Amino acid sequence: MEPSLARYIWKHTKKQQVWILIIVLLSMIPYFMSFDLPKLIVNGPIQGKGFGQPGATQPFLRLHYDLPFFGEVQFFSGFQLDRTATLFALSLVFLLLVVVNGLFKLYINTYKGRLGERMLRRIRFDLVDRVLRFPPFYFKRVKSAEVATMVKDEVEPLGGFIGDAFLQPVLLGGQALTAMLFIVVQNFWLGMIAAVIVLIQIVLIPRMRRRLIVLGRERQLTARALSGRVGEIVDGIGTVHVHDTSNYERADIAARLGLIFKIRFDLYQWKFMVKFLNNFLAQVTPFLFYMLGGYLVIQGRLDVGQLVAVISAYKDLPGPMKELIDWDQARQDVQVKYQQVVEQFSVEGVIAPSIGALTMDNPDPMTAPLSAISLSMADDGGAMLLDRISLQVNPGETVALVSTATGGAEALAEAFARLNWPNSGRITSGSDDLLELPEAVTGRRMSYASSDVFLFQASLRDNLLYGLKHAPLNPASYDGEAADQRRWNVNEALRSGNPDLDTRSDWIDYASAGATGPHDLFEAVRRVLDAVVLSRDILDLGLRSSADLTRHTELAGRIVELRAALRTRLEHEGLSGLVVPFEPGAYNKEATIGQNLLFGAAAGPELADRALAANPYFASVLRQAGLDRTLYEMGMEIAKQTIELFADLPPDHQFFQQLAFMSAEEIPAYETLLQRLKNRPYEAVSENDRAMIATLSFAYIEPRHRFGLLSDELMSKVVAARNQFYENLPPELQNAVERYDPAKYIAAATVMDNVLFGRVGANHPDAPDRIRSIVYDILDELGLYAELLNVGLDFNVGAGGRRLTSGQRQKLDVARALLKRPDFLILNRPLSALDQRVQDKVMQNVLEESRRDGHSPAIVWVVTNPAMAMMFDRVVVFDSGRLVEDGTHETLLAGNGTFKELLS
Amino acid sequence: MLLKDEVGMLQRVPLFSGIEPAKLKLLAFTSDRVSYGAGEILFRQGDEGDAAYVILSGRADILVDSDSGPIKVAELVPNSIVGEIAILCNSSRTATVRAASSLEVLRIRKDHLLRLMKEFPEMTIEMVRVLADRLSHTTADLIDARSAK
Repeated sequence: MEPSLARYIWKHTKKQQVWILIIVLLSMIPYFMSFDLPKLIVNGPIQGKGFGQPGATQPFLRLHYDLPFFGEVQFFSGFQLDRTATLFALSLVFLLLVVVNGLFKLYINTYKGRLGERMLRRIRFDLVDRVLRFPPFYFKRVKSAEVATMVKDEVEPLGGFIGDAFLQPVLLGGQALTAMLFIVVQNFWLGMIAAVIVLIQIVLIPRMRRRLIVLGRERQLTARALSGRVGEIVDGIGTVHVHDTSNYERADIAARLGLIFKIRFDLYQWKFMVKFLNNFLAQVTPFLFYMLGGYLVIQGRLDVGQLVAVISAYKDLPGPMKELIDWDQARQDVQVKYQQVVEQFSVEGVIAPSIGALTMDNPDPMTAPLSAISLSMADDGGAMLLDRISLQVNPGETVALVSTATGGAEALAEAFARLNWPNSGRITSGSDDLLELPEAVTGRRMSYASSDVFLFQASLRDNLLYGLKHAPLNPASYDGEAADQRRWNVNEALRSGNPDLDTRSDWIDYASAGATGPHDLFEAVRRVLDAVVLSRDILDLGLRSSADLTRHTELAGRIVELRAALRTRLEHEGLSGLVVPFEPGAYNKEATIGQNLLFGAAAGPELADRALAANPYFASVLRQAGLDRTLYEMGMEIAKQTIELFADLPPDHQFFQQLAFMSAEEIPAYETLLQRLKNRPYEAVSENDRAMIATLSFAYIEPRHRFGLLSDELMSKVVAARNQFYENLPPELQNAVERYDPAKYIAAATVMDNVLFGRVGANHPDAPDRIRSIVYDILDELGLYAELLNVGLDFNVGAGGRRLTSGQRQKLDVARALLKRPDFLILNRPLSALDQRVQDKVMQNVLEESRRDGHSPAIVWVVTNPAMAMMFDRVVVFDSGRLVEDGTHETLLAGNGTFKELLS
Repeated sequence: MLLKDEVGMLQRVPLFSGIEPAKLKLLAFTSDRVSYGAGEILFRQGDEGDAAYVILSGRADILVDSDSGPIKVAELVPNSIVGEIAILCNSSRTATVRAASSLEVLRIRKDHLLRLMKEFPEMTIEMVRVLADRLSHTTADLIDARSAK
């Protein structure tokens, strides 16, 4: 990137800058004209100069100026108007000029605002583009949050400045010069006074501002370091808690904030000091005008109109002057910022743009062997990880890399994946240096998975298919407004030097997964998920999440069939008692009273949880059903019993997990409430307190809590209230609840709840597990297994994939590597989080799966346990950065080398 | 059966008989009521002990594995507790318990019982007394068995 901001701006915006300059110069004409008018109005029609006799006329719109070097120049001889008409005419011209000046200003501001935003977009894109091309070692030293803050915050002021970069000095300089020139034309000596003061400003203020720039740079660096530290705390929060160092972190942050405060306060002090001086100088000038100008008027050497014109012209001088000085300050400021950022982004050995160039067509398979030639790798500290290794991996062979603790096999795998670059020697594919191959080849024909997995915060599906998104293969089609929007997007992107690639295109390379399109991709996905033994986990996720009905229509369409199948199966196996189904006309004893009343899933906040009891409509239904008093009394009883049971326990006691009615923090509040309400008649209790108490009863399940509060009468009343509730449901609540209907899918509930359509009895300890396996069986029988897996794939894995276990993340990484069916599959201890039994199983599956349909990729697998090497064609053993053994499993086993030692 | 009936049942279990009713109620409330059909297994020999069970109604058999298959060594009747040894000793189950009829039990989780014992020493002392009593009986039985040989 350009080291100088001015040059960077000029390079990308010269045409626009020139255009806006022309416009600004044009705008100077009416601007200058508006200066002359007040004098004309005051001296002419108001004071009556030239209108001596009644009926006298003066020419109007006679354009003539006293220009230096030319003398008087006349453009137009004008109309003859009398005194009043001249006043109106001149005033109207003044108004017109105000409008024209305003319109110019509007256009200029809009234009330069747009220009600035486009340049900001360009700079940000350039920066991120650079990040994408940084060499691997750079990322070992930089904190991600710092890079993010540079791209986002630190270049932000540049956007505001770019529009003004060349314009402001011309515009403001022009204005200041115009005003200055005008003052000089009116009166030379008054002009000279103004000029001297301006000179003092120009020389003094920037000097004082140098310290501001230094402080500004410090502010930038400390703020960047702060965001780096905050990012670090977030990433390492576990470590902080494990070691009880949160107070150390607090101290560190407080110290940093203190420093930032000091810098900023310093900055303010200086800023206001400079401002004060600047204002003072600006105010001194009128003082001189009034005194000296007034004196000259009294002396009769200056007319009043001239003095008024000078003063009114001077009014326009400090503004532009101040802004000009501000501009200069901003210029230095953003120049510093820009340099700071560009320095950070200027790294040796940036990857050439051609390596990552967009390639639509799939490259030819890599049929040449992959060779490490005299390869040496060192870590950042300079310790040798690999010492002049030579090794050739032929297409189609499976190689296990076995390594002692300091062996270096992992470094070799990382070098094959280009994640670290050789210190000496090289890696070649046939005759090409691997580092010079475009990523379109290495990223599509090679795959890599390791124990260190990174997942994006997106759905499981997106993460799994991420490895297939190399290019926008099938463009999205747009029509109507969307097409206009798309055209606009493309145009703007190109104007800012951004690529016009469309994220909404279908980027998935189906062919490389062995599919032909979206319809049969799922088969491939399912196969790799089965291979890494992840399907079951995803199915569980699917069962526990609510399905997006716009996509998973089949599940909703066959829900009745599913529910019936489950009932039949449970009956068949004599397990009907496990699940108590929801029936519209019956009370479900295993569900809470609240669930029995609502008999639906809350789809919005209005009727969810605690809001239910307080909802006015719901309360009115309870009143009509004669339940309000019953439930209140029940709530009182529950409160009494709960407090009796739990009052003595400390709030963090684990027993509170068993307590569904209230949280530990609420106990004191309920204790006082109970005291207050104990002997008060129901009628005297406020609405709010009633809701507080009644809500306790909503969480009550008789078989679980066993307080003996549920009677047959109450149950039938609840069922009646339920029907009443739905009969008159007001329109604003229509979308807040989805009523349980045996024939309908409930979008707001999980898939599991939908299939069960009931509650699992509390008194069967292993019921949930048994039911889950029955549900899987049924889904498989009905051919809905794939659909459920699909629902599970919608699961969002969270930041960095943290909502998955580390084992699941590693499995997903291997599945992703496997999915694109590469020619070379590099696996670097990919399953280290799993126990040995599962590792063996997954490895066997992966070896099989990669050979499906006659494929025979070369597989390089850094194994965690030497015993795993048995299943490979060839075993290569590393010790202390050297390749010590290379051969088939049998020959190495027969020998007496390191491998034999490692095995025993 | 309601919570208060369960408290009554617990009071009749010797191990808990000396504990004040309020504590027993808390124990009952935080425990799970579980039912088993005849033939269902509560836990198996060798499993990790994670809970003790108080029989509320029905009968259960205690079975010990042997070379010739499981042998029934004892029968559990209402008001008896089973599985408490594995909880207190952190050991695995020494026998299998199987429901002999339809069975209602109160499942007391290990961490809950231990927590209660920690917090209410009077309860712990009571339990130690019962266990010591049991030990002296067992010792006496052992002496009898030895001398009978």
